[in-house]
Amino acid sequence: MSAPSQRRLIFQHIDEPGYTNDLACYLKHGGYEVMKRAFARKPEELIDEVKKSGLRGRGGAGFPCGVKWTLVDRKSGKPIYLVVNADESEPGTFKDRYIIHQDPHQMIEGIMISCHANNVKQAYIYIRGEFPGGARILEKAIAEARAANFVGPNILGTNYSCEIYVHRGAGAYICGEETGLIESLEGKRAYPRIKPPYFPAVLGLDQCPTIVNNVETLCHVKHIVGMGGEAYSKIGTPNNTGTRILCVSGQVQRPGYYEYEVGKITMGQLLNEVCGGPLPGRTFKAVIPGGSSAKILRFGERFKGKRKVGAEMVDYDWGVEDVPMDFDSLGMIGTMGGSGGVIVMDDSVNMVEALGNINEFYAHESCGQCTPCREGSLWMKKITGRMVHGEGRSEDGALLKNVADQIAGRTICAFGEACAWPTQSFVLKFGDEFKAYPEAKKNAPADSLKLV
Amino acid sequence: MIAPPKPELVTVNIDGREIAVPKGTNIIEAARMVSVDVPHYCYHPKLTVVGNCRMCLVEMGLPAVDPATKAPIMDPATGKQKINWMPRPTIGCATNASPGLHIRTTSPMVKECREGVMEFLLINHPLDCPICDQAGECKLQEQATGYGRGYSRFIEQKNVKPKRTLLGPRVVLDDERCVLCSRCIRFCKEVAKDDVLGFIDRGSYSTLTAYPGKKLENNYSLNTVDICPVGALTSTDFRFKMRVWFLKQTNSIDTESSVGANTVVWSREGVIYRLTPRRNDAVNDTWMADSGRLLYKQVRTDDRLATVQVNGAESGRDIAVNAASERFKQGGVAIVGSGRSSVEEQFLAKKLAAALKAPAYLVSRVGKGDNLLISADRNPNVRGALVTGLIQTLPSAHLTELAASIDAGRIKTVVSLGEDLTAAGLSAAQLAKVSVIYLGTHANPTSAAAKIVFPGLTVFEKNGTFVNQQFRLQKFHKAVPGFTGAIDDLTVLAKLVAAASSSGTAVASEINALWTSLAAEIPALGTVLFKNLPETGLLLDSTPWAGLPYAESATLHYQLAQPALATA
Repeated sequence: MSAPSQRRLIFQHIDEPGYTNDLACYLKHGGYEVMKRAFARKPEELIDEVKKSGLRGRGGAGFPCGVKWTLVDRKSGKPIYLVVNADESEPGTFKDRYIIHQDPHQMIEGIMISCHANNVKQAYIYIRGEFPGGARILEKAIAEARAANFVGPNILGTNYSCEIYVHRGAGAYICGEETGLIESLEGKRAYPRIKPPYFPAVLGLDQCPTIVNNVETLCHVKHIVGMGGEAYSKIGTPNNTGTRILCVSGQVQRPGYYEYEVGKITMGQLLNEVCGGPLPGRTFKAVIPGGSSAKILRFGERFKGKRKVGAEMVDYDWGVEDVPMDFDSLGMIGTMGGSGGVIVMDDSVNMVEALGNINEFYAHESCGQCTPCREGSLWMKKITGRMVHGEGRSEDGALLKNVADQIAGRTICAFGEACAWPTQSFVLKFGDEFKAYPEAKKNAPADSLKLV
Repeated sequence: MIAPPKPELVTVNIDGREIAVPKGTNIIEAARMVSVDVPHYCYHPKLTVVGNCRMCLVEMGLPAVDPATKAPIMDPATGKQKINWMPRPTIGCATNASPGLHIRTTSPMVKECREGVMEFLLINHPLDCPICDQAGECKLQEQATGYGRGYSRFIEQKNVKPKRTLLGPRVVLDDERCVLCSRCIRFCKEVAKDDVLGFIDRGSYSTLTAYPGKKLENNYSLNTVDICPVGALTSTDFRFKMRVWFLKQTNSIDTESSVGANTVVWSREGVIYRLTPRRNDAVNDTWMADSGRLLYKQVRTDDRLATVQVNGAESGRDIAVNAASERFKQGGVAIVGSGRSSVEEQFLAKKLAAALKAPAYLVSRVGKGDNLLISADRNPNVRGALVTGLIQTLPSAHLTELAASIDAGRIKTVVSLGEDLTAAGLSAAQLAKVSVIYLGTHANPTSAAAKIVFPGLTVFEKNGTFVNQQFRLQKFHKAVPGFTGAIDDLTVLAKLVAAASSSGTAVASEINALWTSLAAEIPALGTVLFKNLPETGLLLDSTPWAGLPYAESATLHYQLAQPALATA
């Protein structure tokens, strides 16, 4: 079966020659028309459209957006805030960056529609510190939108006013965790909060109800309201609606971003056809399907079980290539769709060294608030670091796995899983390589490539 | 006394045992009530919950209900409602009791969680217990023994962090020992309202420090040492002085103000090494001021009075009592009692005044309250003088009435219970006009001018009670033997009372014997006796003294308008 063609909803104009990120260009392409129509409708209707659409969050967890919005405490009398999570920091993910850089007004339109739907008077875009250019572009776009009365007081002549502020992070991965982000936005260290009681929908920014959504998610809201939730839900597959941007990086012929209907394309189609397969003379070894914290898949392994198709349960027997790229299928085989960052590794990659790299990242980014993640992530880094520097022991693989098992599920936020899952899955699936590595390292030829 | 409102109770099941606890009680506290230990580091009952140590992970289950009908789902095997156990562990500190909540603290999952957290906490810990002051009262030691694996799998280099950082004049920090529980940070922010501590750097390299240019030097800084579960924060005063397991603990009361913070005196072989706060939720929670912790130093100073003196010459107790008795017979006696004396001493002073028909005075000491645990009234026991009837009105700082009486020649003898009369406004000339009988602990101008001196005991060397600003009767115990040569004031006072009274019958001076007559003669004390007075004190009915212009403003657990309510 050949790969379906891309369906570009969000990335319709990305990298389109002549398309610029200013307001005039956006308006020329029909910009803010959806918002004008949305502002004529009741907020409740807009929430219903999003609920009907079945949209799932594109930040990583895949939580249904409509449900998130209904959980918001609207009776407290406190203001409701919308926080846009533009802290795109998951290694292997680069979709929001394109939206911010090339189509900021699409995002602003999505934000304003979402604000109107939720009666939000103030929205914050929390953009990671490593995107200074993106922050400037957003500032400029917001200023343009404000001048055109799309943002600010009495939008489009209504008595509804809403401001958007851009807040730059200072360079910490943990600020992508929603409660850590809120703490950072409040001017504190980005220590994620304990849940319960601090669910953002009830006790978020400044202890007020807060909606935290990913950039891509909010862009989808624009298209949902544009075409109607019903129509949107027909895109993709049941429970995995809409389109999804897949960011492919690593050892393939054509890495890059690709937007497909969710679940309509398999991993094999994506890598072999769309991305042109492995580099000449190489074969695929492993792939991480949803950002570096997702569990790795080893080419050659089989996944068997039962899954729901329509109302029936059917057996499935998949290789990595056969897995549809949607939240549920990837979840079923023990990994996750995550942020859509597909990281490909071919047979030139040593898995111990690859894990060493990932562990280095998570040890550096652990916020240090709670014990298992703080101590465990650095310990795992020290073990893999020692291994790649030639001091490995054959039992280190088992130790790594056990340390990771002591982290996952016992921490304040999902960072515990994020740092444990790579180690757990690498050791589980490439255990032989971990066992053989110390010997192989000792016997490595003198002229072999040095690790940087 | 007004009874507190009855809290709503919910029944929870901890390791198979049912217990009814007030709604909102967390799992750590609920487990404590059934004597189940849920180990923890970051949780402290008087600070906000942050849930960062992950030591208190437990297994949690809730009664199963049918999602559609909300009807309970029964377990046919037991005939009870089925329990849905959560697949992941949850922290006890942030989980509040809800109806039917089930907790397991001994399951394999919980055991494994604790072993994991203990291992993580120890991998970068220096394991320098042999030179660590916390050894013996260290939660890491206790919980490693109780819940750890007992061996290490860590062969990497440990993190290196600053040692011996002076956070302030009284607190030293060893960052390598720190488990980053943030108790000290939360204490400074929430209780001391002096937000000077924080973490810098990230992950396992996180380091506790004071803000640049600031110091941990508020008067409550040593509480951070108390609540530090490990040896990261140590007291400059106590550091390297004594192993804690050698120390004897004696309950006492802080005498620096009328708050009456509950304390523990830590001593060995008659020497006091430190004072720490003792939890009393109605008075000082678990805190006390740094200034109060230094009071033990007054026990061994060069100016302690150590000999009975008559007319400047060393003498014996009974000779001195007889000499005093001679003076009493000449009449014109005045008593200057003290707000620092115990209730028992004030009671005998009152008896002495009654026997001699002598006027009794008290000297007030008023400073600035800090709205926390030091009140404006720096006498610990002015309320005791009211309760015993030694005084009827609040004292002033100067003894002007007494001075006038001396000038007028009406007073010939003044009995001072530890008060320095010159500091209380009497001139040297006025002192010279009278014979002073001085009962006190330390030398001062009054003891130097006194005709008769009885060396007394400090609060650490005797038993007694104080009545604090809330009219809470609180007792203190003798922690160390009396200073050589010093005599218990109660003994001296009892002998003076006997000498002064017309019948001359002996008066009890032993504390328990004395309390039988105290309780009988002072209605406010009711049926309480020294031996059955709870260690956390007893609130007296303060209505007879309501409305007096007390010096105190609000402090922790004390509000001016409704003092009785504040403690309810």
